[in-house]
Amino acid sequence: MLTYLIVFFVGGFICAIGQLLIIKTNITSARILVSFVLVGVFLEAIGVFDKIASVAKAGINVPIIGFGASLTKGAIAGGQAKGILGAFAGGLEAVAGGVVAAVLFAFIFSLIFKPKTKKS
Amino acid sequence: MHYRKRNEMYNQYVNGKIPKTSEWPSLFNSFWVGGLICIIGQGINDIILELMPTLAEQTAWAYTLIILIFIGSFLTGIGVYDRIGKFAGGGSIVPITGFSNSITSPALDFRSEGIVFGMCVKMFSIAGPVIVIGFVASTLVGLLYLII
Repeated sequence: MLTYLIVFFVGGFICAIGQLLIIKTNITSARILVSFVLVGVFLEAIGVFDKIASVAKAGINVPIIGFGASLTKGAIAGGQAKGILGAFAGGLEAVAGGVVAAVLFAFIFSLIFKPKTKKS
Repeated sequence: MHYRKRNEMYNQYVNGKIPKTSEWPSLFNSFWVGGLICIIGQGINDIILELMPTLAEQTAWAYTLIILIFIGSFLTGIGVYDRIGKFAGGGSIVPITGFSNSITSPALDFRSEGIVFGMCVKMFSIAGPVIVIGFVASTLVGLLYLII
């Protein structure tokens, strides 16, 4: 139960930071996503991400920060195991499932569903 | 210069008139919606590990994210996610479901312009930069670790 509470507060806090950026700077959602991915890359690069993730679990894995972190984790692990080629391939390998899933579902659902007419 | 001073005064006037309190509800909404999406993710992850206890932690997370991506994509398809987005702002953008939404939403909107040049091209109009920057930064870090 405590885990879920931590997950809620950490995840909520990260999302609220995103919202704060939107309010204060009016940046687009693409820039928000890019900045958070970079935060994830940075946290993983300095080795802090795993320590946070062991406590916050989904609270930091579900936000897009986790995407950047697993990219970096894959690139580092690949590099250690297979040298330069591993560093090139490892990142994509680590997130391949998620990226392909996002593309596949987007493809299928845009064939099935019609875009909603925007009422304003 | 004179017009600079005038612009500055005008900006001060505008900033004074913008209601500051309206920021708090949107912050609160993005907080609890974002937190809730993370809780759902934790729940899915716990269920997966309950069903398949032998799964490696990393693999279980991969499945969890794929399921969340599916949910985000589906909710976008039926038009629910956009409504959540209007309500929660950052709470719907920052989680991985928002990444999924950012791919499905333009794909859906540009479906009418053809499958290849509409859907497939526009699919990455938001997610493209995210993937590019992610690849570049993470690969540089991986190479840096090789040197150190």
